[in-house]
Amino acid sequence: MIDIAVVDYGMGNLRSVSKALEHVAPSVSVSVTSDPDVIAKAGRIVFPGVGAMPDCIHELEARGLREAVIEASKTKPFLGICLGMQALFEFSEEGNVAGLGIMPGKVLRFPNELMVDEKGEKLKVPHIGWNEVHQVQQHPLWTGIPEGSRFYFVHSYYVEAGTPDLVAAFTVYPFPFTSAVARDNVFAVQFHPEKSQAAGLTLLGNFVIWDGKV
Amino acid sequence: MGLAKRLIPCLDVTSGRVVKGVNFVGLRDAGDPVEIARRYDEQGADELTFLDITASSDERDIILHIIEEVASEVFIPLTVGGGVRKVDDVRRLLSAGADKVSINTAAVQNPQLVADAAAKFGTQCIVVAIDAKQVSTDPEPRWEVFTHGGRNATGMEAVEWALKLEALGAGEILLTSMDRDGTKNGFDLPLVRAISDAVGIPVIASGGVGNLDHLVQGVIKGHADAVLAASIFHFGEYTVHQAKEHMRRFGIEVRL
Repeated sequence: MIDIAVVDYGMGNLRSVSKALEHVAPSVSVSVTSDPDVIAKAGRIVFPGVGAMPDCIHELEARGLREAVIEASKTKPFLGICLGMQALFEFSEEGNVAGLGIMPGKVLRFPNELMVDEKGEKLKVPHIGWNEVHQVQQHPLWTGIPEGSRFYFVHSYYVEAGTPDLVAAFTVYPFPFTSAVARDNVFAVQFHPEKSQAAGLTLLGNFVIWDGKV
Repeated sequence: MGLAKRLIPCLDVTSGRVVKGVNFVGLRDAGDPVEIARRYDEQGADELTFLDITASSDERDIILHIIEEVASEVFIPLTVGGGVRKVDDVRRLLSAGADKVSINTAAVQNPQLVADAAAKFGTQCIVVAIDAKQVSTDPEPRWEVFTHGGRNATGMEAVEWALKLEALGAGEILLTSMDRDGTKNGFDLPLVRAISDAVGIPVIASGGVGNLDHLVQGVIKGHADAVLAASIFHFGEYTVHQAKEHMRRFGIEVRL
């Protein structure tokens, strides 16, 4: 029995995600997989990804993973990371494609005209580096992580949640955007916990023991 | 409070060892890359950059093993550069555990490589390294792009090249001043500022850091989004943590 399935749809480096999971839970079996049956049988799902949204959706379809991911998101502890968070929503400005529609909301690009800080200095896109994550709802995955902890981000698009109750955290760049969402058994983050040192490993450790309830 | 400025220790690797030279020549051994990576991670490094400065291609696999080993115990972003010539080189480094790949000489010889790699793996993991040298001061400072570790002039102006790289899909620029690299005289601040102000993507300043004030200047005067240094950390002059404390005292937002 596979405890954790890391969904592999050809979008980026999944090695660091699986290595980080093995690091926080050495006794747990982690499988990087593109097999819908393995995903169906796994106890919990990590849905990572970097790259562009149109390719993401295309690859999910081409590998027959779309239904498996949607099905898993209904029942099991499910963690979306970066593109894996964005893909849960209804629509992305990146390539103007439909997402999986698991959550209401859309994915937008940081607008050039707003990318200036309070001192009038230009802010760069992609948003790359360590930024503060402000927790706005209690959640088992925040256990042991101080409010405002810094996590590592690298992205040019962000999620605009369709309903405010989905928002689990926000980050400021230069305006507040949604950096984590939560609903039932699904938790998803824009940052990379697998690259966020102690805070990130704590979050992954929390996910590994999460029962999927809030 | 928002995005922190990044401090990135750089490890030049050859024959499985970290080394450091002056103006790209005169190498001095600094230790085992995995041990050094672990130490900088513990000290609070925001990322690590590995540059494979191996001349012979048969030693290429050494860097892959080093990255595999580092990536299984160090959970911060890893950038790897040196000798990246084709899309398949990018793929191999990413699958060994690199988060970003830095392309240098090959981007000059074949700019399409930047576009192809960005299209395939995403803009966020394609860093392009620019090695620049000041070629005139009159009427305005002018910097030219060099390749092959600083040996070959390209005739290209550095700011124009940076803008072209952004358009091609580079996600970040790693900017090294060849006049300053290894000298400990500080960054070439007018160069850093010229490029950082011109492009919309992050710029990592590199080359010349000899003390902690240089890091501060790179951010405040050079407008760098990240600062990279090697020898001040390798030989125990400062820890990464001390450097970040120093930056914070000057009002720079850092992750501590």
